[in-house]
Amino acid sequence: MTIKIALAGNPNSGKTTLFNALTGSNQFIGNWPGVTVERKEGKLKKHTDIAIIDLPGIYSLSPYTMEEVITRNYLTTERPNAILNIVDGTNLERNLYLTTQLTELGLPVVVAINLMDLVKKNGDIINIEELSDRLGCKVVAISALKGSGVFEAAEEAINAAKNTKTIPKHRFSGAVEHAIAHIEEAALHSMPENQQRWYAIKIFERDEKVLKQLELSADIISHIEKDIKSAEEEMDDDAESIITNERYLYIASLIKSCYNKKNTGQLTASDKIDRVVTNRWAALPIFAVVMFCVYFLSVTTVGTWATDWANDGLFGDGWHLFGSSAYKEAAEAYAEPAAIIEAFEASAQKAGLEPQTATGLNTTAYLYDDNGNIEKKIAVTYEKYTQAAAVQEPDPADYGIWVLGLPTVIRNGLAAVNCAAWLQSLILDGIVAGVGAVLGFVPQMLVLFLLLAFLESCGYMARVAFVMDRIFRRFGLSGKSFIPMLISTGCAVPGIMAGRTIENARDRKMTIVTTTFIPCSAKLPIIALIAGAMFNNAWWVAPSAYFVGIFAIIISGIMLKKTKMFAGEPAPFVMELPAYHWPTAENVLRSMWERGWSFIKKAGTIILLATILIWFLASFGFDNQTFGMVDMNDSLLAVLGGFIAPVFIPIGWGQWQGAVAAITGLIAKENVVGTFGILFGGFSEVAENGWQIWANMRLVFSPLSAYSFLVFNLLCAPCFAAIGAIRREMNNAKWTLFALSYQCLFAYAASLVVYQLGLLFSGNGNALGSITAFLIVGLIAYRLFKPYEENRILKSTVRA
Amino acid sequence: MNTLKQAKVGERLRVVKLHGQGAVKRRIMDMGITKGTELQIRKLAPLGDPIEVNVRGYELSIRKEDAQMIEVEKN
Repeated sequence: MTIKIALAGNPNSGKTTLFNALTGSNQFIGNWPGVTVERKEGKLKKHTDIAIIDLPGIYSLSPYTMEEVITRNYLTTERPNAILNIVDGTNLERNLYLTTQLTELGLPVVVAINLMDLVKKNGDIINIEELSDRLGCKVVAISALKGSGVFEAAEEAINAAKNTKTIPKHRFSGAVEHAIAHIEEAALHSMPENQQRWYAIKIFERDEKVLKQLELSADIISHIEKDIKSAEEEMDDDAESIITNERYLYIASLIKSCYNKKNTGQLTASDKIDRVVTNRWAALPIFAVVMFCVYFLSVTTVGTWATDWANDGLFGDGWHLFGSSAYKEAAEAYAEPAAIIEAFEASAQKAGLEPQTATGLNTTAYLYDDNGNIEKKIAVTYEKYTQAAAVQEPDPADYGIWVLGLPTVIRNGLAAVNCAAWLQSLILDGIVAGVGAVLGFVPQMLVLFLLLAFLESCGYMARVAFVMDRIFRRFGLSGKSFIPMLISTGCAVPGIMAGRTIENARDRKMTIVTTTFIPCSAKLPIIALIAGAMFNNAWWVAPSAYFVGIFAIIISGIMLKKTKMFAGEPAPFVMELPAYHWPTAENVLRSMWERGWSFIKKAGTIILLATILIWFLASFGFDNQTFGMVDMNDSLLAVLGGFIAPVFIPIGWGQWQGAVAAITGLIAKENVVGTFGILFGGFSEVAENGWQIWANMRLVFSPLSAYSFLVFNLLCAPCFAAIGAIRREMNNAKWTLFALSYQCLFAYAASLVVYQLGLLFSGNGNALGSITAFLIVGLIAYRLFKPYEENRILKSTVRA
Repeated sequence: MNTLKQAKVGERLRVVKLHGQGAVKRRIMDMGITKGTELQIRKLAPLGDPIEVNVRGYELSIRKEDAQMIEVEKN
């Protein structure tokens, strides 16, 4: 039979380190049912019959946070064979508070005092035998970081599971014990004796969740209530406070007899660091520097190199191991011959001539810069053409070591076996592109997760919340929301995953819903396209996109925190600032890998399926009444775009091209530009800002409707990769759906207001549109200024 | 009534009574701020809120809004 040992303890007590030390690589990571709280389980090293369950880090078994409720439910209903309670020896007083509660559950408990090396170094002495005696359970000293004593602790827990019972030695004051005895007798006599005490104390505390679970009859409750009331009168406090007070009084007496602190009042190393890091004046500049480093490493440098390599190399044509700069030079030098060849062949075709024999033909070739301005004019003659044609086009494979990308390798393989065109397209444009969309983000994400794991485990992340709390809580967000938003300016996928560091469920959900409003790097080409095509590259277009994003976050935060969905959970109001310490490489790397892998697994499926679906819609359609592969212009997607286009008439772009581009943008936002390239001019490839199609776009869009299109695409549902990340982090289909619907609805409302009010102020407004726009503005203003009272009781239910 | 909200940085205080009820009060008590507990105000966050308090040998961050529920006296 498998022995189950539950690992319980405060956050920052070294629980993760102990769990890793005990189980090694033998871990299973999932979620507790229905919630985003992580559930880890592993087998004890060298013992296949001993399971270690890592419970969430908690301070108490109160019914007010999700983590606490999960832990309580697990301990009282699943009843593991023993509890291994890890306790931070440098912070014994508060850590033992949870211990006093765990020993009442009627389960064998072993207390492992962690950081014992640090306690000794400080010159403090903990009397282990005395503590063990007074707590009524075995106490062992360990150092999880150094690995000393951890397996002895596990052995003790196995022993305890097999042989011992833990009977709490602590007794409350007379009046309380009297009431508890009455409660046990009146309501719990049918329950096993060793479980009665915990339930009796919870009933005494009027714990709503326990009362609901036990379904006591009304007269038992009124009978019990009398006992509680009389205890409350005698002690002049409410029942919950009486219990908490007495626990801490008891712990104070334990500390007095078992703990000898050498020096008090001297500053520790951690205090000294904090004097600088959270200093009134230095805190914000230091915060800015740390954030810049995170951004610089994960978004601009290492992260971008990794993503570019994954997207353009591994899942693109291929990449250079060496010699890429030499190839770049050669490719630039080839631009002129290429332009000459193109211009000559095009004009020959127009004249109905074969370019090889069109000796008398004269034409002009143009070289363009990044904005489509003519950089150079070249008069082309037949002679020039033959010279240019003789120039060898540089082949990347000739420069340094060129490694073929996966699609190229697969394409060559498929061509070699004469694969059918549609199957080849499915494999390359559907599946490989889909897998690439998933995996392309992983390298960058790993870089970010590495940095986050470091910031979290060294203790700086708690300081981020401390420093930024004031600003972010107004919008229903946490101080820690800053990091996801910052990362989202690069890519929303790691941004959403970075929300993992926010403990409070409400703040985390709010962050996930709003963080994609920030323009990510893939939206920059859309901004460049609209700015170039419609606004003559006006300087204000790009900054305005960021303002739209920030306003969307602020408005949404304030509106959503007043809704029922978000009001149901309490805000964090007290938070520990743990002592700084240097994290181990193993813990940081493990945390990085766990998060990366969970993205690949959970988010990957949805991204892959969605990419294949859009590929199908975009490549198939009816041509001359037969179904088959067609150009995008005739595809099912175009039909679908035409069908839903009327929806977008009120926001200014009821043309099917816009609708189709918005849909292909779901695969990756930069696809909007590529799709416009196909739909507005038949270019299979356009520049990043799409200058080739600017003129054609001006025929269909007005500046106002184009800006409305931009606003919609910035704010609406993000790309599939980000949707997958949302699904992964919400761990709940309903919440994912809510997030996407809210984003689309908000995007539509914002574009409508922009377009209709724009029409009105330019003198072309229509009554219905303007009224709707004003109604939306009014509704938002009403939600913004509606009075609001923070709810402070956890109402969400957690399945047992 | 003197509350933790009005306390100055560096002050050493003793908790007289906890006001309020429900989750907030319980959470504050769970973290070790109970009747008679000694507190030392370490610092204010750069933007003036929250407060950092030393309690039972560790550092705790608490918002002013919640700190006003904690009645204190000079130690």
